[in-house]
Amino acid sequence: MSSEEASGSSGTGDAVPILEARNIVKTYGGVTALHGVTLRLTAGHVHALAGENGCGKSTLIKIISGAERPDSGEIVINGVSHAHMTPKGAIQQGIQVIYQDFSLFPGLTVAENIVLTSAVAEKRTLYSRRQSRPAAQQIVDDLGLSLDLDQEVERLSVADKQLTAICRALINDARVIIMDEPTTALTHSEVQRLFALVSTLRARGVALVFVSHKLEEALQVAQDVTILRNGELIISGPATDFDRRSISHYMTGRDVDESRLVNPPRYDRDPVLSVQDLTLPGAFENISFDLHAGEILGLTGLLGSGRSEIAEALFGVLRAESGRTIVDGKATTIHGIRDAIDAGIGYVPEDRLTQGLFLDKSIADNVIASSLERHRRRGLLDARTIAATITEQFQRLRIKAPNVEAPVRSLSGGNAQRVVLAKWLANGPKILMLNGPTVGVDVGSKEEILTILRAQAAAGMGIIVISDDVPELVSVCNRVLVVQQGRISATYSGDDITPEAIQEGMAA
Amino acid sequence: MSATGTSRLAALRGSNNEGVLALILVVLVIAMTIVNSDFLSAGTLFAILRSSIVPTVLALGVLIVIISGGIDVSFPAIAIFSAYTTVVLMRGSGIDAGVVLVLVVSLVIGALLGLVNGGLIARFKLPTLIVTLGTQGIFKGILIAYVGSRYIAELPLGMRMFSTQSLLTVPAGGENTSLHVLVVPAIVLCLLVNFLLRNTMFGRGVYAIGNDTEAARRVGFSVMRIQVILYVVAGVLAAFGGVLHVTLTRSANPQDLLGTELDTIAAVVLGGASIFGGRGSVLGTMLGVLLIQVINNSLILMGIPSAWQRTAVGLLLVIGVGVQAISARRSSRRVFAHREVVAPA
Repeated sequence: MSSEEASGSSGTGDAVPILEARNIVKTYGGVTALHGVTLRLTAGHVHALAGENGCGKSTLIKIISGAERPDSGEIVINGVSHAHMTPKGAIQQGIQVIYQDFSLFPGLTVAENIVLTSAVAEKRTLYSRRQSRPAAQQIVDDLGLSLDLDQEVERLSVADKQLTAICRALINDARVIIMDEPTTALTHSEVQRLFALVSTLRARGVALVFVSHKLEEALQVAQDVTILRNGELIISGPATDFDRRSISHYMTGRDVDESRLVNPPRYDRDPVLSVQDLTLPGAFENISFDLHAGEILGLTGLLGSGRSEIAEALFGVLRAESGRTIVDGKATTIHGIRDAIDAGIGYVPEDRLTQGLFLDKSIADNVIASSLERHRRRGLLDARTIAATITEQFQRLRIKAPNVEAPVRSLSGGNAQRVVLAKWLANGPKILMLNGPTVGVDVGSKEEILTILRAQAAAGMGIIVISDDVPELVSVCNRVLVVQQGRISATYSGDDITPEAIQEGMAA
Repeated sequence: MSATGTSRLAALRGSNNEGVLALILVVLVIAMTIVNSDFLSAGTLFAILRSSIVPTVLALGVLIVIISGGIDVSFPAIAIFSAYTTVVLMRGSGIDAGVVLVLVVSLVIGALLGLVNGGLIARFKLPTLIVTLGTQGIFKGILIAYVGSRYIAELPLGMRMFSTQSLLTVPAGGENTSLHVLVVPAIVLCLLVNFLLRNTMFGRGVYAIGNDTEAARRVGFSVMRIQVILYVVAGVLAAFGGVLHVTLTRSANPQDLLGTELDTIAAVVLGGASIFGGRGSVLGTMLGVLLIQVINNSLILMGIPSAWQRTAVGLLLVIGVGVQAISARRSSRRVFAHREVVAPA
C-alpha cells in the first residue's frame, strides 16, 4: 500500500542510511551466527528483516542494540563508525528495540513505563511522578492514542502493552525502532492500528525494522526487505521486488507449498466429538458443532472472541456451565483436565513455552509427560515402551536436536512446537485441539507441522485448529467455524473456505 | 458504577490495598475495645507505638529487598551484630562517645554486612533466600565467637541518654503515660525510605528490577549496582533498628532480635508488598507493622498464651500471601473481561 509513496519520496537506493551495520561477523564458540551481514536502514522507511528461526536475525538485532559485540564489522550511525554498541550507547544514539515480550514493568503505571527509559538515559538521580506525566501525555497525544496513563501495565490488553512499548521507544527521540515480531499477539484490527501508527512514525523520519514471520504483513508495511538464511545475507532490496512466494523461497531456499490440501473426513460415521449448546456466560454461549474422525476443523475469530475459551472448556481448564459434550457417542462430563485426557482429548495450548512444556527438562521427558498412564506396567513406569514411544515421536516429527536428552529450552520455536505435538501424540488421543499451532514458527517448520496434522487426520484423528492465521486455516481445514462475541457466527466448508471469505467473516 | 466512582474507590483502596489494611486495623481496634474497654487508651496506644519502633525500622529494609524481588532473613543478625559490636567497641576503647558516633559506627558495620549480601547476590546471581540464610548464620556465629556472648547492661552514654526520654506525657487514670522519643527517628526513616523509593531513580530501579530484571537491564538500569546498593541500604536500616532496640531495652544481648524474621516479613507482606517483587509501599508496611503489634497486644490482653502469637502471625503471613495470589489471578481475569467488551468493536 505504501511502497509507491516511499520510493517516490526518497528513492530507496540512493538515500543516505541513518544506520548501517556493515559486514557484521559473529561467532559463538566456533558456530558462525552471522557471516558478514550488512543492513542499511533509511529514515522514514520500514525495513522488513526476514528469515527462518536461527537465521541470525536476533543476533543482528542484539548487535545493533549493543547486547552483543560483533567479532568484526562496523556499525555506522550518521556517518560515524562504531566497532560495537553498548546498551546505553545505543539508547543514547536513538536506537530502540521493542522486544517480543515488550520488556515492560507490569507493576508500574503506563506513564512510568513510558518515561523511565529516558530518565535512566539522562542519568537523573531524582524522579518525580508528577513531572514525568506531561512528557508521557505528550507522546501519547502526538501519536493520537488513547492510553490510560495511570493504569498499571499489568491490567492492559496485549495491544495496549505494545502501544506503551512504542511510546516508550519514542520518548527518547528514537531514530531507529526495531520491532521484534510485533504482530504475533495482535488481532487483525489491532494490526491495522499498529500499521497506521507505523506510517505516523515514518512521517517523523524514524527508520523502522520489522522482524516478522508473517510475510504479507511484512510486505504490506515495508519499503525495504532483507532476508537472512543460516547467518548469511541472501538478498536485500526494495519491497516492490518481492512477493510472498519469493520471500519464502529466499528464506527457506526451496519452494514452500501453501496450497489447500485436505483429505475427506469420515462423514459417514458418527462424529468423534459432538458439542451441544455449550455455554459459559461471559466467555461463550450456545456453542454446537460436530467433529468427525479424519476431520480438521478450524475455529477462528478475533482474540477475545471466546475461541480459546471454547477449547479450554473442552479440555477441562475452564468449566462450562451448561451444554453437552459427547465423545464417541458417549455423553462425557469434563470437569477437569484429567477427565479430558481420559476421554481421549489432547490440547496444545496457545502459549506453548509456558503452558505446554517443562523448559529445563529433556525432550524425552517432555514427550512422555502427558502419557504416563499408557506407559505403566504393574504400577511402575515401563522403560522399554517409554523408549520406544520417544524414539518413534522424535523421528516421526523430525525434531531437530542433537539427541532426545537435549533440554527443550535449547530448541527453536518450531522444534519446541513439535515437542508439544509429540507429547500429545504419544498419548494417542482421539481428538487433538491445537491453539495457534504455528504462532512464532517459521515458514519451513510451519509447512511441516501442517503436514503432520494432515497425516494424523488421515490416520483417523479428529483435529481442531484454533487460529487467526487465515492462510493456515485455508491450507488444512475441512471446515472453519468463526466465533464472534462468544457465538458461532459463520461456518465455511469445502470450496467456500477462501482467505477472503474468512477475513470477511471475522471482521463482520 | 460510574467510572469516577470506581476510580475514587480504587484510590481509597490504595495501589497496594493500604486502605483495606487501615480498615482492618480500625475494625480490630473497635472489636478489641468492645471486648475490653481498657484497650482504647493512651497507654495502649503509646505501648503499641513503642513496640512498633524497632519492627518498623527493620521492616523498611525488608521492604526494599522484597520490592526488588528478593527476600532477606539476615537482617536480625545484621541488626544485633552492628549494635552489639558497637557497644563492645565503645566500652573497649574507653570512649564514652555521643549518640552520633554510636550511630555512625553501627551503621558502617551494617553497611559492610549488607555489602556482603549484595555482593554475593549481585555478583554471583545467587538466590537471595539462600544467601541471606547463609550470611545470617555466618554473622551470628562471628558475633558470638569473636565479639562476645555476654549480656551487657552498661550502655554508652549516648544510648543511655535516649533510653528513657519521652516525646510527650499525658495523664491517664492517676498516673502518667508517655510516648517514647524514639518514635521520631522511626518516622523520619519512614519518610526517608518513602522518598528514596518514590522519588529517586534508585528507587524506581528497585521497582523495575522487582518487576522484570531483564527488562530493567534493557532500559539501561545498572542492575548489579542497584542490587548491591539496596542490600547496603537494607543493612544500614537493620543496624539502625539494632541500635534502637539496644537503646530501648537498655541492654545489649547478642541473642536478641534473632527469630523476629517472621513478624517483620509478615508485616511487610501484609502491608501489600508483593512477595514476587515489584510492588510495595512504606505506608503499607507501617500499617502492616501496626496490625501485627495490635494483634500481638490484643492476644496478650485476652490472656492467650504467647505460643499462639507465633501461630497467629504465621497465619497472617500465609493469608497475606494467599490474598496476593488470588488478587493477581482476579486481575488477570479482569483483563480478559475487558477485552471481551472491547474486541468486537
